[in-house]
Amino acid sequence: MILVWLMLILFIGGLAAWLAESRGAEHPRSVALVAIFLDLFIVILMIFAPEIVGIKSPLLSIENLQGDWLVLYQSEWINRFGVKFLFGLDGLSLLLVALTVVLGLVALGAAWGEIKERSGFFYFNLLWTLAGVIGVFSALDLFLFFFFWEVMLIPMYFIIAIWGHENKQYAAMKFFIFTQVSGLLMLLSMLVLVFYHFESTGILTFNYFELIGTVLPENVGIWVMLGFFVAFATKLPVVPFHNWLPDAHSQAPTAGSVILAGILLKTGAYGLLRFAVPLFPNESMEFAPIAMALGAISILYTAKVAFAQNDLKRLIAYTSVSHMGFVVLGIYAWNAQAVQGAVMTMLAHGFSAAALFMLAGGLQHRIHTRNMDEMGGFWGVVPRMSFMALFFTVAAVGMPGLGNFVGEFLVLLGGFKANVTVTVFAAMGLIVAAVYSLIVLQKVFHGENKNNHIMHDLTYMEFLCFALMMVGLIWMGLYPQPMLDMAEPTLRSLGVTFQ
Amino acid sequence: MLDYLWLVPALPFLGFLILVLAEGKLSEIPAGIVGAGSIGMAFVVASLAGMEFLANDMSSYTQELWTWMAVGSFKAGFTLYLDGVSLVMMFIITGIGFLIHVYATGYMHDDPSFARFFSYMNLFVCAMLFLVLGDNLLLLFLGWEGVGLCSYLLIGFWYTDPYNGYCARKAFVMTRVGDASMALGLFLIFSNVGTLNIQEAMLLAQNQWAVGGGIATAVTLLLLGGAVGKSAQLPLQTWLPDAMAGPTPISALIHAATMVTAGVYLIARTHVLYLLAPEVQYLVGVVGAITLLMAGFTALTQNDIKKVLAFSTVSQIGYMFLALGVGAWSSAIFHLMTHAFFKALLFLTAGSIILAMHHEQNIFKMGGLRKDLPWSHWLFLIGTVALVALPFTSGFFSKEEILAAALANHDGGYVLWLFGVAGAFMTALYSFRLYFLVFWGDKTHDGHEVMGLHLQGPLVLLAVLALLGGYIHIPVDGVFPHAEHDAHPSLFYQGIMIGLPMIGILVAYLVYVKKIVNTCALSTKGFSAKLHRFWFTQWGMDWLYEKLFVNSYVVLARLNKSDLIDAIYNGISKFCMSLHGLVVETQTGQLRWYNLTLAAAVLLVISIGVLL
Repeated sequence: MILVWLMLILFIGGLAAWLAESRGAEHPRSVALVAIFLDLFIVILMIFAPEIVGIKSPLLSIENLQGDWLVLYQSEWINRFGVKFLFGLDGLSLLLVALTVVLGLVALGAAWGEIKERSGFFYFNLLWTLAGVIGVFSALDLFLFFFFWEVMLIPMYFIIAIWGHENKQYAAMKFFIFTQVSGLLMLLSMLVLVFYHFESTGILTFNYFELIGTVLPENVGIWVMLGFFVAFATKLPVVPFHNWLPDAHSQAPTAGSVILAGILLKTGAYGLLRFAVPLFPNESMEFAPIAMALGAISILYTAKVAFAQNDLKRLIAYTSVSHMGFVVLGIYAWNAQAVQGAVMTMLAHGFSAAALFMLAGGLQHRIHTRNMDEMGGFWGVVPRMSFMALFFTVAAVGMPGLGNFVGEFLVLLGGFKANVTVTVFAAMGLIVAAVYSLIVLQKVFHGENKNNHIMHDLTYMEFLCFALMMVGLIWMGLYPQPMLDMAEPTLRSLGVTFQ
Repeated sequence: MLDYLWLVPALPFLGFLILVLAEGKLSEIPAGIVGAGSIGMAFVVASLAGMEFLANDMSSYTQELWTWMAVGSFKAGFTLYLDGVSLVMMFIITGIGFLIHVYATGYMHDDPSFARFFSYMNLFVCAMLFLVLGDNLLLLFLGWEGVGLCSYLLIGFWYTDPYNGYCARKAFVMTRVGDASMALGLFLIFSNVGTLNIQEAMLLAQNQWAVGGGIATAVTLLLLGGAVGKSAQLPLQTWLPDAMAGPTPISALIHAATMVTAGVYLIARTHVLYLLAPEVQYLVGVVGAITLLMAGFTALTQNDIKKVLAFSTVSQIGYMFLALGVGAWSSAIFHLMTHAFFKALLFLTAGSIILAMHHEQNIFKMGGLRKDLPWSHWLFLIGTVALVALPFTSGFFSKEEILAAALANHDGGYVLWLFGVAGAFMTALYSFRLYFLVFWGDKTHDGHEVMGLHLQGPLVLLAVLALLGGYIHIPVDGVFPHAEHDAHPSLFYQGIMIGLPMIGILVAYLVYVKKIVNTCALSTKGFSAKLHRFWFTQWGMDWLYEKLFVNSYVVLARLNKSDLIDAIYNGISKFCMSLHGLVVETQTGQLRWYNLTLAAAVLLVISIGVLL
């Protein structure tokens, strides 16, 4: 039940925030803060004091936890179609839920001073998106999963369409159509899978545990798998399904970008890990070389497009796609190092991308432009902000000692065992990442302050958010073992071989 | 004290943390104390630990700090490994590093970002120590990337000038090319022997890989790629001269004494693998030989005092590569050490000269500084004779060892030796060209020596080391296989090796003091001008890279700025919109039209029914 409370708190908190607006524009954010803090408290208990909330410890030694679920919750929902209210949490889900809650807090910090209009509805959408994401990370009934997949989409649409920038309608619509069309493909695939399962066993169910291992006819299986893949690859995103992302990011308000880059993209990766590959292991292995190649193409292609941008947020958006290329590569290499690397990349990129978007959003809020050609020399103006920019850029470049390196290194290390050619190309990503990252530092923070922009440095709230993410990345970079240990039982049970 | 080995990298890191957490707001004296003091303390700990290590006659010492990451069969830890080679490196880094830090407190005096400077410097020392102390290639790689980052930050330290930013990016990206190659090398090692622990991997490789086999060759080539990037050897050498845009203490510490020699360290550290790939090992020597000579020619044409020294560094590292190529592993490390002494001395003295000349770096605007800058003059002369390897200086011992080893090597070592002695002549020529142009001749500008214990103190110590450092015996015998270079070359060859630099000095004297040749005319007119231009631009390589890689990447990126794939989706949406437009056309609002279409549709349906 504690698991359901995680979501309920956010759903109720969202409604309360909306209602609180009538008491004053400042109230919704306080309500949201309380809701997220409650969730954070629960998550901390789940990790460090699991007995209090009645779940199994995620930090026990691996042997005790072979594929065990920390907590499972089940109740009836739509009996007629075999749809159940089935949630479960294992190490991987818990890591991602923790990431969601922490970044929810960061997003709140980003919105704190920025959202002034219709704040009640804004925080409602924010909390509902978070609830949807937690649902996605814990739903184990395919229909329920699809339900949450939609729940996180619609509030996000409103966040972009209402609080976005100059071209928000276009961006929001594009985001919606891309996600919706690919989501539809997933729904169709789901139905086909359920249908074949019904055919062979006579049981109508959407239960993940029962559907796993369903054998599909050869010519059907590949298409059903592709339906899932396209949905997740659009979310992640992978070239050539990435085009919604630069628009959505450049138009979204800062908090929206933080959630999009930090969390929503990871639902795509999670979907691949939890559903696309384990449900269709044979089809996926057949498809793996293509998926890995798409990963490498994503890395290199978007790195190059990023380099040419002068819109700061657009540039960071493209780099996100580039980093997600490593995740696809890692997942489809499907060995211990590569998949663990993909998980670490998901976590680390959650922080580094969220922080970079927050910086870009902060700059836009201060000087009302995202055009880097009009910036320069900010190091002398806003030293704290510049230091943060340097830190998170360096993290994104993949500097050892910070989280992103651990992820990307492990992906490449494992990828090399699975497919040498693709990995060699992907490793070139290390070089091009340096090219586009350093040009940002140069254009924005170094050089001369041509337009004599004057602005205030980080606010207390912003500083706290950055510090939080900084500590997170250093921890992941120097001592990632607790996270690797938490994810390992999950990955083992999904079928990844750890010798 | 060996138990406290972890303090050696931890102390500089602590210094870095203090300086960063104070947000660069510490004033000069406390920042200087933290910045230089942390390195000094690290040196003390390193010395005590080193003494215990040597006193106990240990061959290696391992200290496990914590597990970094363990996934499946892959395991890498923050584990320190001390043996003769890392001991020598540790002394160089903390010792020379400390002297340079002290000097920098004087050099950077009054710079508004004084504390930021020392925070980067401390981080650099920490990363460099991890590079040489790491027991596995991943930890080495952490240091490797870390020093690259600090190099980037410090080259672009004066960030308001976009040129500095350009140089910093160039250095970072070019070395990253090498780093990517090195990373692939690590992947290949891991996928073949299942570990990245250096000693284990070498042992396993020795047992499993065939000599001259494909894997050994590929691995060593990939690692060599990393080494030539970091150590500025052919074909990735063009970033180092631009790196001189940074403050001079950086050039001394990073781009002369420590970081740029990391490639030499890497190859020496993994020498067992290179012994398994003799062709690649010889290639290392060839790369060194060609680089040392090419850089020598280029040094001869430069007019910026720091760039001459930069090319001289490239050239001297070429000697170290040559040594590695002929299996003179310990001589390579020995030359690495003596080079650190005299090149740090030269750079720091050059820094003093630059300060005295109010940040003038063009040697043609100097001249006759002997009288005005007596300290700098003598110190620079000491550094120069050590660089030229005149007998009994430190450079003489190490270079002589290398050339003797090349001569004794029967597999093509003779050719390398020829390059080496030709390079020795060039070294003398360009070094004394620099010396004569700066300190002799007519005085054109007034210089005023900047004095202070923290400036001259380190210089004098370095000068002593540069002169006498050749008598230090480095404790690396247990690490490397005994080489054949103990055989001494005959008197004839020794004469050549000592005589050629002398001739070089003489030529430099005749040309640049007696002016028997008009060098100005040579560099501006006719064929010699073209040659001058060719050498000056690093044999055209810098130009070629700019055109081939930089420009093409920029052009291609610009062409696709709006992302071609987006055009497909926009095409789909346009298509839908036009269909939408077509359908809208049918909604005219006229009853006539609706009647007509209704009738036509009915007719159509009936006729289809009838026909089928």
